[in-house]
Amino acid sequence: MTSGAVITGEQPAEVGGERTGEPATPVPITLAKALNLGLRSAMAADPKVIVMGEDVGTLGGVFRVTDGLQKEFGEARVIDTPLAESAIIGTAIGLAMRGYRPVCEIQFDGFVYPAFDQIVSQLAKLHYRSGGRIRLPVTIRIPFGGGIGAVEHHSESPEAYFCHTAGLKVVACSHPVDAHQMIQQAIRSDDPVIFLEPKRRYWEKAVVDPRPLGEVSPDGTTGLHSSAVVRAGTDATLVGYGPTVRTCLDAAEVSAADDGRSLEVVDLRSLSPLDLEPVLASVRRTGRLVVVHEAPSNVSVSAEVAARVAEQAFYSLEAPVLRVTGFDTPYPPARLEDHYLPDVDRILDAVDRSFGY
Amino acid sequence: MPSVTELMQLLTPTGHRITVASRARTPEPDAPPAAPPDRPADTPPTPGRPTPGRPTPGHPKAGPDAGPPSGELTAVDIDLPAYVADLTDDELFGLYRDMVLVRRMDEEATSLQRQGELGLWASLRGQEAAQVGSGRALGPDDMAFPSYREHGVAWCRGVDPAAVLAIFRGVNLGGWDPATHGFALYSIVVGSQTLHAAGYAMGMTWDRSAGAAIVYFGDGASSEGDVNEAFGWASVFSVPLVFFCQNNQWAISEPTRRQSRTEIFHRAAGFGFPSVRVDGNDVLACLAVSRWALAIARAGRGPVLVEAVTYRMGAHTTADDPTRYRSPVELEVWRRRDPLDRMRAHLAARGLLGEERDRHLALEADTFAHELRARCTAMLDPDPTSLFDHVQVTENGLVAEQRSAFAATLDPGDGGTDDRLDREDRPGTGDRPGTEDRLGVRNGLGVKGGLVAGETHVPGETQLPGEAW
Ligand SMILES: Cc1ncc(C[n+]2csc(CCOP(=O)(O)OP(=O)(O)O)c2C)c(N)n1
Ligand SMILES: [Mg+2]
Repeated sequence: MTSGAVITGEQPAEVGGERTGEPATPVPITLAKALNLGLRSAMAADPKVIVMGEDVGTLGGVFRVTDGLQKEFGEARVIDTPLAESAIIGTAIGLAMRGYRPVCEIQFDGFVYPAFDQIVSQLAKLHYRSGGRIRLPVTIRIPFGGGIGAVEHHSESPEAYFCHTAGLKVVACSHPVDAHQMIQQAIRSDDPVIFLEPKRRYWEKAVVDPRPLGEVSPDGTTGLHSSAVVRAGTDATLVGYGPTVRTCLDAAEVSAADDGRSLEVVDLRSLSPLDLEPVLASVRRTGRLVVVHEAPSNVSVSAEVAARVAEQAFYSLEAPVLRVTGFDTPYPPARLEDHYLPDVDRILDAVDRSFGY
Repeated sequence: MPSVTELMQLLTPTGHRITVASRARTPEPDAPPAAPPDRPADTPPTPGRPTPGRPTPGHPKAGPDAGPPSGELTAVDIDLPAYVADLTDDELFGLYRDMVLVRRMDEEATSLQRQGELGLWASLRGQEAAQVGSGRALGPDDMAFPSYREHGVAWCRGVDPAAVLAIFRGVNLGGWDPATHGFALYSIVVGSQTLHAAGYAMGMTWDRSAGAAIVYFGDGASSEGDVNEAFGWASVFSVPLVFFCQNNQWAISEPTRRQSRTEIFHRAAGFGFPSVRVDGNDVLACLAVSRWALAIARAGRGPVLVEAVTYRMGAHTTADDPTRYRSPVELEVWRRRDPLDRMRAHLAARGLLGEERDRHLALEADTFAHELRARCTAMLDPDPTSLFDHVQVTENGLVAEQRSAFAATLDPGDGGTDDRLDREDRPGTGDRPGTEDRLGVRNGLGVKGGLVAGETHVPGETQLPGEAW
């Protein structure tokens, strides 16, 4: 792997130091590039790993996450598929039954629904139905969330549908270091993984250790299904995932400067299964919890977090668990999306309300 | 002056022969449509389609009642010229004017996107003939189901071009009334609209509508399950639906051969209905073929698939970089088949494009583009609380709660609840009845069917006398 040669970037390395990646090269790369490096490492490590999706080959994907992979690994391993999402997942199931490890790209969140049956009724259930005889190590990459001024169906947050389905793992990366590791871990998983990529964070940069996962640590530095405290604090806890982790960090920054409050931020990383230990530990210290995501609130990940925290840390809570989410409307036209998306103000309002109890 | 037959030959380049798939494999033409579930018991089942709303122009033998031919037919065999024989000189010019104005709209939209006034634009450049030809074949009783690139069809259905731009500006998600215009909302989820069209057409049969439905989709879409399900459904229920596939050679970066090993139009045979491949850069051929196909549908003979062979001259959208996947040589080949140039050459050969008329059309296009730009840049962002409107028909408590909490956070100047009453007066956020003429340029005279004579309309200028053209 010669990733050092292809990394470009002018911005200084992100400071903060909460992340676990050990910088081996000083050049920061984008989250999209980090995924690209992770995919390359996974393909190089295992000849059974194949990449398939619309426009992933010659074009390198509409976000260039698969850029250069077809040149490097050939058309048999990086497949420009027909425009048929149900077929992408359905054939991935068949390929997985033959021992392949397909990494499927769904071009945008809103286009995963034609594949819904193949994901929730087939992919998620075959291991169970076969009494454990069939394993389907399929990774489904989905750029998700809004904030890029897109037209309809390009800004959705469909995670709750998949979290609700037994048999699927659902993860969301939020940072280049995590993106690089998590995609490799997801591909190694013997269970199907819905891998959500925060599309409006694709261009955010950080220094990433480009070495393949196997070289860094056999199991990766953080487990695929652990959540992580990404900013330590003592007064209240913010929980986010994917695109809202950055928003929570910004809110914590502003709160420290303006209100002198110390907010802890937890990145869930894994939405199913949930790793709530760090959240519970945090809430036991702070007594206040605000959960933030772009998806609507009704029957959502935040609903699950709130319910479980209420069950397991009830006597530690100083205030009800509050939620800052997208509204329970369809994703609005682009000119209104700033009103729809959780932002620093809405998060800090919720923090204020929490302190009002 | 060349005859109509010569005209078709003139406009049909070699290599893009118009062919008709064998209809010998098509089902019984008069298979009765399924009865609606709630049809009153005393209503007899509809034996076939009602009388077509519009008489089939031209040659009787060319009509849908012609016996099933065997083998592949050529344009001459189905007598396409007969389907456009009724066109007056002004209507011929009108087709050209449509294409000129639609291209101009497309160019203006592209530049508006570059300047940040639109979030995105999907260019129709190169596909004007396919869209105007088929769009002008539709009558007032017909219903069109577009994908997201059918700006030319929108034009022919009398949709305000500013309403189309509003979607790409991110001001709304669909700014026209489908029923008023006989033009459904754009459908971005590729292929989904084909099933809506099949269902709509089924209802048209049950309601004894005089019209037919037409659904637009791309070569890429032909791979989607929805499209193939629509083929099967439309076929077994013999619904009055024209599947209009614009094969523009590309689905973003993937060439048509990644979607289909056969010609796309050949697929209809497997589903049991007729199909035709047409030169999609020939506006008259597209008009003729669409009229032919619509006549079959309206006559109760079931669906027809039209494959219009054309080319996406621009990027997939303004977010795409086609130099990554296709060659300039290919682009050049298609540039020489430009649909506007071809119609222009034809009009010139027929003496229908005098210098004065040409100058006037150019002026009209300039004025049109100027006004469209002004209306686009003047569009205000919608009232923020409007994002809670129309989530569903009945009031939803959760949404109502979120709306009031949200409204309470808005500054008065933010377009909060105080401004709500004014919302209907905000400029250009949708096309409402009576607004079609705001451009000063008439697209189909604000009506949704048929041809328009090609008089140009420039506000503030008196009409030129006919003989000067
Ligand atoms: C179900 C679905 N999958 C993927 C996309 C993303 N996408 C938008 S347009 C497009 C290509 C469509 O090609 P084609 O059907 O040939 O139409 P064209 O764009 O050429 O007009 C793709 C893959 C989508 N909009 N919907
Ligand atoms: Mg296409």
